[in-house]
Amino acid sequence: MAKTIAQEFTKGLWNEIPPFRLVLGLCPTLAVTKSVEGGIGMGIATTFVLLFSNALISILRNIIPPKVRIACYIIVIATFVTVVELLMQAYTYAIFRQLGIFIPLIVVNCILLGRAEAFASKNKLLPSIADGLGMGIGFTLSLASLGAIREIFGYGTFYGMHVFGPSFEPFTFMVEAPGAFVCLGLMLCLMNLAGGK
Amino acid sequence: MNETSLENIKDIPAGEDKPLIHVAPSPHIASTSATTTRMMADVLIALFPIMCMSVYLFKWHAVRQIAVCLGCCMAAEALFAAMRGRRATLADCSAAVTGIILGLSLPASAPWYIGAIASFVAIGIGKVVFGGLGMNIFNPAMVGRAFVMISFANLMGASAYEQPGLGIDAMTGATPLTALKQAGSMVPLNDMFWGLTNGSVGETSALLCLIGGIYLCIRKTACWEIPAGIIISVLVLAGIADLAGPCSGYLVLHHFLGGALLFGAFFIATDPVTSPVTPKGRFVFGVGIGFLVMIIRLFSGYPEGVMFAVLLMNALAPLINRWTIPKTLGED
Repeated sequence: MAKTIAQEFTKGLWNEIPPFRLVLGLCPTLAVTKSVEGGIGMGIATTFVLLFSNALISILRNIIPPKVRIACYIIVIATFVTVVELLMQAYTYAIFRQLGIFIPLIVVNCILLGRAEAFASKNKLLPSIADGLGMGIGFTLSLASLGAIREIFGYGTFYGMHVFGPSFEPFTFMVEAPGAFVCLGLMLCLMNLAGGK
Repeated sequence: MNETSLENIKDIPAGEDKPLIHVAPSPHIASTSATTTRMMADVLIALFPIMCMSVYLFKWHAVRQIAVCLGCCMAAEALFAAMRGRRATLADCSAAVTGIILGLSLPASAPWYIGAIASFVAIGIGKVVFGGLGMNIFNPAMVGRAFVMISFANLMGASAYEQPGLGIDAMTGATPLTALKQAGSMVPLNDMFWGLTNGSVGETSALLCLIGGIYLCIRKTACWEIPAGIIISVLVLAGIADLAGPCSGYLVLHHFLGGALLFGAFFIATDPVTSPVTPKGRFVFGVGIGFLVMIIRLFSGYPEGVMFAVLLMNALAPLINRWTIPKTLGED
């Protein structure tokens, strides 16, 4: 059952969208979605790492010894995380400050190891790139939508712009940690409803 | 739960013969009076004097809080029951009790939408997502209150209670526990006993909470172990605080009569769904709540801690159940 490259790309956008369908990568999903900006920044950083780590692991898949493969994947992932961390520090310092420790923590994001182990180590270069890109964009969309909901209710703003009148009382709960859990749970519920599961 | 066996008997269609031996899960001898509806009706009866007092003290502000929470809880229950494809469960009055307790736990000055949001969170996130009545881990009314408390700190916190502009005598000064925390001053015990002080809508009168609570304990709607545990541990800890501080005994009674302690001990903590089932476990649960209430009152930024104490101990209720499983007959 060979899938086309386009199918490998689009599966990450809906059918296997990482936080909601695979329920992977929940740590950044909960931690950095206080605002749309944080969500998109995290999503793009993760997409970058996912794309390159998938590509490199796919190229090296016949050289990496199976017994130490996890360690090898982590080294590849950590390399690209360091690259993205230095890039963000240089060019998007505001978002870098906002995301803080969660950028280095991309290393332990389950999506990266999950895609390396489940996909890139078994597939050729092009499908691996498509898979990484699709998963990354799906992850970015998820984080942005969760961030949008939490920002709109929690601060009354969307991407920093006010959406309600001055009389709006923001639901501070939504931008606190428990708000992230409640919001994610309700979104999972809606996704299952929409997916007919 | 006790209804099950009786309902099974009722479910047999009238036309068919009753089976010779009726097979149903235990308990086989069940009290027909121990139904959810009767328990909830008891709670409503016990809350009635408190509601009258709150209307006397806070005028239409109290009416508004209770009416909004009651209406929104019933609406939320009907809506979520319909979403889940269940028949509406309004008749057992549990949503009404959640609504009234929630309304009584809000400050009189809170705008109407706070009660409405708290009600939908209480029923939706507090109860329905866990599977409805009997399945929830946390007390629904307190989940709703915690949500608005964290969300709208300026409309729900200590400053919200002090509103001289509303023209209500009780609301011209700080609540007894806020006065104690911020200024170190104490309110006359008489006022706190009769309920003429500032506070959440339904918590002011220690006397009426005691009367309602004792009624519930006598009717066995509420178990006595939980309030007893709470009161004992609060008295002991307040006694220690008193020995360390003024050493007059006044502080002990101030902590006993002030704030939501008695209201919470009898009406909130005794929720049978979210508290342990064994008598010993219930006592441990009560002691834990009293301990946390005093820790929050004495050492945190909040003047009162009944809500957080109840929610924290709710989370421990399953663990307490496991610790206190009674020995079965014949077991070593």
